[in-house]
Amino acid sequence: MDIPVSAVLPYFIIQNFMSHNGKNHIVKYKTYIIILTILLVFTALSILVTSFDLGPLAVSAALLFATLKTTLVFMYFMHLKFDQPVYTIMVSIVLFVFVAVIVITFLDYSFR
Amino acid sequence: MSILEGSFYDNHGKYKGILAWITSTDHKRIGLLYLYSIMTAFILAAILGLLMKIELIAPGKTIMNAKVYNGFFTLHGITMIFLVVIPGMPAIFGNFMLPLMIGARDVAFPRLNLFSWWLYVLGALVAISSQFMGGGPPDTGWTFYAPYSFRTGTNMLPAVMGAFILGFSSILTGLNFIVTMHRMRAPGMNWLKMPLFPWALYGTAWIQLLATPIVGITLLMVVGERVLHIGFFDPALGGDPVLYQHLFWIYSHPAVYIMILPAMGVISEILPTFSRKPIFGYKAIIVSTMLIAIVGYFVWGHHMYTAGMSSTALFVFSFLTFLVAIPSAVKVFNWISTMYKASINLEPPFYWAASFIFVFMIGGLSGLILGSLATDMHVHDTAFVVAHFHYIIFGGVGFAFFGALHYWFPKIFGRMYDKGWATTGWIIFFIGFVTLYTPMFFLGIRGMPRRYFDYLPQFHGGNILSSFGAMILITGLVIIIINLVRSARHGAKAEMSPWGGSTLEWTVSSPPPLENFEEIPTVTRKPYDYSPK
Amino acid sequence: MSQTVTHSEHFDATASKIGMWLFIFTELLLFGGLFIVYSVIRFSHQDAFHLAAEELDLTLGALNTVLLLISSMTIAMSISSIQFGNKRLTLFLIGITILIGLVFLVNKYFEWSVKIEHGLYPGSPVLQGFGNGDTLFFGLYFFMTGLHALHIVAGVSILAVMLNRVRTGIIHADHFVHLENGALYWHLVDIIWIFLFPLFYLIS
Repeated sequence: MDIPVSAVLPYFIIQNFMSHNGKNHIVKYKTYIIILTILLVFTALSILVTSFDLGPLAVSAALLFATLKTTLVFMYFMHLKFDQPVYTIMVSIVLFVFVAVIVITFLDYSFR
Repeated sequence: MSILEGSFYDNHGKYKGILAWITSTDHKRIGLLYLYSIMTAFILAAILGLLMKIELIAPGKTIMNAKVYNGFFTLHGITMIFLVVIPGMPAIFGNFMLPLMIGARDVAFPRLNLFSWWLYVLGALVAISSQFMGGGPPDTGWTFYAPYSFRTGTNMLPAVMGAFILGFSSILTGLNFIVTMHRMRAPGMNWLKMPLFPWALYGTAWIQLLATPIVGITLLMVVGERVLHIGFFDPALGGDPVLYQHLFWIYSHPAVYIMILPAMGVISEILPTFSRKPIFGYKAIIVSTMLIAIVGYFVWGHHMYTAGMSSTALFVFSFLTFLVAIPSAVKVFNWISTMYKASINLEPPFYWAASFIFVFMIGGLSGLILGSLATDMHVHDTAFVVAHFHYIIFGGVGFAFFGALHYWFPKIFGRMYDKGWATTGWIIFFIGFVTLYTPMFFLGIRGMPRRYFDYLPQFHGGNILSSFGAMILITGLVIIIINLVRSARHGAKAEMSPWGGSTLEWTVSSPPPLENFEEIPTVTRKPYDYSPK
Repeated sequence: MSQTVTHSEHFDATASKIGMWLFIFTELLLFGGLFIVYSVIRFSHQDAFHLAAEELDLTLGALNTVLLLISSMTIAMSISSIQFGNKRLTLFLIGITILIGLVFLVNKYFEWSVKIEHGLYPGSPVLQGFGNGDTLFFGLYFFMTGLHALHIVAGVSILAVMLNRVRTGIIHADHFVHLENGALYWHLVDIIWIFLFPLFYLIS
C-alpha cells in the first residue's frame, strides 16, 4: 500500500522536533561534558576579548558570549531541547518581553 | 443552616470554627477568605476616600491639614490598588469559580493557594503598620516616587515591604492559575471551548507573573536607597529619578490590565447569560484579551509624559497607547452585538454589566485625551486624571465586581438576594458615582491639581457637587452590602442554575459540594450554547 | 486532615515542572529589573564604570564563573543518574553541586571583605570621595551580587533538601520531578551569574 509522503512528513517533523517525550529521554553524561567544555571555552574567549580595545562594541561582545552560554544552559542543562515545545515557547516569550522593555526604555535614554 | 448541608461549608476537617477556614486548601473557602479580607480593605479605603471628599468640600482646611491629607491619599491609593483592585477579581472569583468553570476539583497547587492568602494578610498588616509607627504615615502617594520616597521621614519601609509581600501573593496566584488551566481542564474542554472568564484570568495571570517582579525589585531598590544609599535614583549621588518612574510604571501599567481583564471576563459571562444568546465574537475576545496583555507591557511611558523623556520615547509611547485601546474597543463592540436582538433578562447582574459598558467607555475615552501628548500636557496631574482612573478602575473593575457578586451570589451562598433592594442600591450607587467623578473632569481641565488638600475658589462649585456625589455613592454602597449580607443568611434558597447560565459552575448544586463534581464532566458543547441539551 | 481535596492519586509531574518554570520566569524578571538599571546607569557613566571595574578581582570572578558552570553540569548529570537508578552517583553529584555553591559563597565573602576594608561599600565616605560613577558602580555591584548570593543560599538549601529526599528514597527513578525543579533553580542562579560576570568584571 502506498502511503502518501504528505501524510507521513508531519509525523517525522514532530518526532525530530520533540525528540520523544522529555521524560523518557535521558541525556548522556558525555553530552553534558561536551556542553561544559564549550561553556568554558566561551568563558575564556570572553575574557580574552577584553584585551582588545573594541570601544562601544565591548558591551556587545560581552553580551554575545553571555547569550550564547545562556542559550546552551537553557537548551541542554535545563533540558529545553528535549522537552515539549511549549517550554521553549514560553521562555522565548518571556525573553522577548524583557528585551522589548529594555529597548523601549532606551528609546528614552539614547535620544535625549 | 440546612441549605449549606452537603456543600463545601460542611466541616469534615481536623479543625473547627475559624481555623477550619484559615487552614483550608479548598479553593472555594480561599475565595471567600479573600472576599472577606478584600471587602474589609475596600471599606477602609472607601472611608478614607469619603473623608478626603469631605475635606475637599470647601477650600482651605475643612477637617484635616495638608500633612494628614497626604497620608490619607497615600493610604487610600495603597489600599485600593494593592489590597483591593489588583488581588480583587482573580483572588475572589478566580479562586472560587475557575476550577468549577473548567471542570476541575481544585487549582493545581492548593497549598500554594492558601499560602498566597496568608501572604496577602501578612502584606496587608505590614503595609498598614506604616500608619502607626514613629515617623508618621507615608505621604508619597501610592507611587513612592524618587527621590522623595527616600528623603521623607515618614514610615516608608513598612509600606514598601508590605507592597513587596503583596506582590508575591499576586505572583503565586497567577502561577497557580496558569498551571491550572494548562493541566486541569475537563476532558473535551480544549482551549477554544474554555469560557471567557477563565481566558481573562489566563491573560491576567501572565501579567501577574511577568510584571510584578519588576515592581518587586524596584521596591527593594527603594529600600536600598533608604538604608544603604545605593544611589540609583538619587540625583545627589548621580542617579536618575526618572529611571525609578520607568521601573515603577513598567509594572504599574500592566497592573491596570491585571485589574481590568478579569472584569471584562465577567462582563463576557454575564451578558450572554442575560441575553440568552452566545457571546458575539468569542475568538475575537480571546485574541483581544491576549493583545491587551501583551501590548499593555509597552505603553508605560504615558504616565511620564511630563517627566523629561526624549521626543522619540514620547511619540512611541503615545502611539502604542492608542494601539492598546483598539482591542478594548473590539470587546465593547462585541458586548453590544451580543445584546443586539437578544431576549434580555433584566436582573441586577445585567444592570451592573450594562452600566459597566457606559462607565468603561467614558473612562476609556478620557484615556485617549490623556494618551495624546498635546492634551496631556494640560491635564497631567490634575483632577482630570483622577476622574479618568476612577471611572475606569472603580467604574470598570468596581461595577464588574458588583456584577460578579450579584451573578455568582446564589452559587456561592446558596441563597437569592432581594432583587428590589439590589436594584435600588445599584441605581443610587450609579447616580452617586457619576455625580462624584464627572465634575472632576471639568475641574481638571480648568486646572485643579490632584493630591492637594486645598484649591482656588473657582473650583468650589464642582467640588461641592463631587463631594455630594460621594455621599450618594456611599449610601448606595451601604444598601448593596446590607442586602447581600442579610440575604446570605436569610435569603430564599437558590436553585442550581437561577439565571440559565451555560457554563459548568451552574451544573453543580448551590453551594457546590466539597469536590465540586461527583464525576468530572466530559465537555462536548461549545461555550455559551443555550440550545436545549 | 484539613479541609482539602485528596490529590495523592494523581500526582502531576508536568504541572509541577511547568510551575517551576513559571517561577523561574519571575526570578529572571526580578534580576531583569536590575539589569535595566545597570544598562541605563552604565550608559550615562561609561568611563567611570570602566575605571571602577578595575577594582574588581578578575581571577576570583573568573574562578567563580568556572565553578558555577561545573556545578551546573553536575546537577544536570544528577537528573540522568537518578533516571538510570544510580542512587550513589546521584547523591555524589548533588553533593558536589552543593559544595561548589558553598565555595562560591566563601569566595564572595573574601571578595567583599577586601572591598569593604578598602572603604568601597555603599554609603562609605571613601566612595563618596570618588564621585558618582563609582558610587553607582559599587551600589550596583553589591546589590546585584548580594541578591545573587542570596539566591545561591536558597539554591543550596533546596538542593540539600533534595539530597536528603534522594537519600531516603522519596525521590527515585519514577518520581524525580522535584530534583529536576531544584536543578532548574540552580541553572537559573548560574545563568544570572553568566551575565553578572562580564557586566562587572569584563568591562575594563
